Amino acid sequence: MNGVHDMGGMDGFGKVEVEANEPVFHHRWESRVMAMVRAFGANGGVNIDMQRFSRESIPPATYLAASYYEKWFLGLKSMLLDRKLVGADELAAGRSLHRSAPLPRGTFSLKDVERISTRGSFQRDVATKPAFKPGERVRARNINPLTHTRLPRYVRGHVGIVERINGCHVFPDSAAHGKGENPQWLYTVVFSGRDLWGDEADPSVKVSVDAFEPYLERA
Amino acid sequence: MAADQDHDHGSELSEMELRVRALETILTEKGYVDPVALDAIVETYETKIGPRNGARVVAKAWVDLAFKQALLADASKAIATLGHVSRVGDHLIAVENTPQRHNMVVCTLCSCYPWEMLGLPPVWYKAAPYRSRAVKDPRGILADFGVRLPTETEIRVWDSTAETRFLVLPMRPSGTENWSEERLAEIVTRDSMIGTGLPKARP
Repeated sequence: MNGVHDMGGMDGFGKVEVEANEPVFHHRWESRVMAMVRAFGANGGVNIDMQRFSRESIPPATYLAASYYEKWFLGLKSMLLDRKLVGADELAAGRSLHRSAPLPRGTFSLKDVERISTRGSFQRDVATKPAFKPGERVRARNINPLTHTRLPRYVRGHVGIVERINGCHVFPDSAAHGKGENPQWLYTVVFSGRDLWGDEADPSVKVSVDAFEPYLERA
Repeated sequence: MAADQDHDHGSELSEMELRVRALETILTEKGYVDPVALDAIVETYETKIGPRNGARVVAKAWVDLAFKQALLADASKAIATLGHVSRVGDHLIAVENTPQRHNMVVCTLCSCYPWEMLGLPPVWYKAAPYRSRAVKDPRGILADFGVRLPTETEIRVWDSTAETRFLVLPMRPSGTENWSEERLAEIVTRDSMIGTGLPKARP
């Protein structure tokens, strides 16, 4: 979706503000939200792309005003409500009021912590061959789905060069909506800063995105 | 306002703390999560996983050419051979800074970051100013960090739009030729592995 999360190339957000000696968490609740999201991701049957889409779907004004872990909290709540694992009445009451279905993988307990401490693999073996090869010119398609996609707006319609093939990976556009893994070849595609931002742009800049095959066409 | 009154009493909980506690209570009562397991996740990121993991990998690459070559060929595989440094998932790509090219990593769409190498990302990495501007004005971003590079140096920005993750291998500072791997690791900053900084001049 063409949401406010797709921020590449937007102006007006100001300087990067670096906090010296920044703590891992600024408030205890941030750490609990992070842990609950990780636990729900591990045992709740929601993959990373569903989690991302839950945050991208936060209304734009709220998204921009919310802190990072507030967004995670809002996304988690919406996933729990959508799946009827938690009711709005329970959120209001602050306690469980009725029976709910168990999580697909059961209670997230200590035995599960080790499993999530290393990222899983997103690469899948497939019989197909990649359509593009390194060095080839490709155009990022002008797609504008209302659903989840990982092709940022700022490269759509632009021509880049395939730099590397990263294997065949789970396709976020399908996985985010429960339509299966639908693995697709994944390429690092490099664009020149001037192609993206015009003749006034810094000629020394190159930008790459990792793009799935359905995002690309031969140029 | 009630919120302002809360601030007057340090022991009182913020609105967010209350809402998050309520949600944790519900998830616990429903048997979805064991709070002890949540404690363990938090502890992992507060104490075990941080930029030191990445710094040790960079320092090793600086002193061991065979390891550096393996790292640049397949970072996940190379780091997996250093069992004691860190566990690492698949799809990690190490990108090398040279006098000709400086690499910088961003996630314009969310906050993708090599957690296992660098820990949880800092607030600025996840916030709008960096995410919006890194792909359009990377030299301006570098200036925000006090870094200036020659105009002829190529600036390569890697937008983490898939499950690949990127670790910048910064250039080893001159004057460190006789340093031990341990001493070198101390000058490898988090920002130098994101590409918004350079290694510290001295430990």
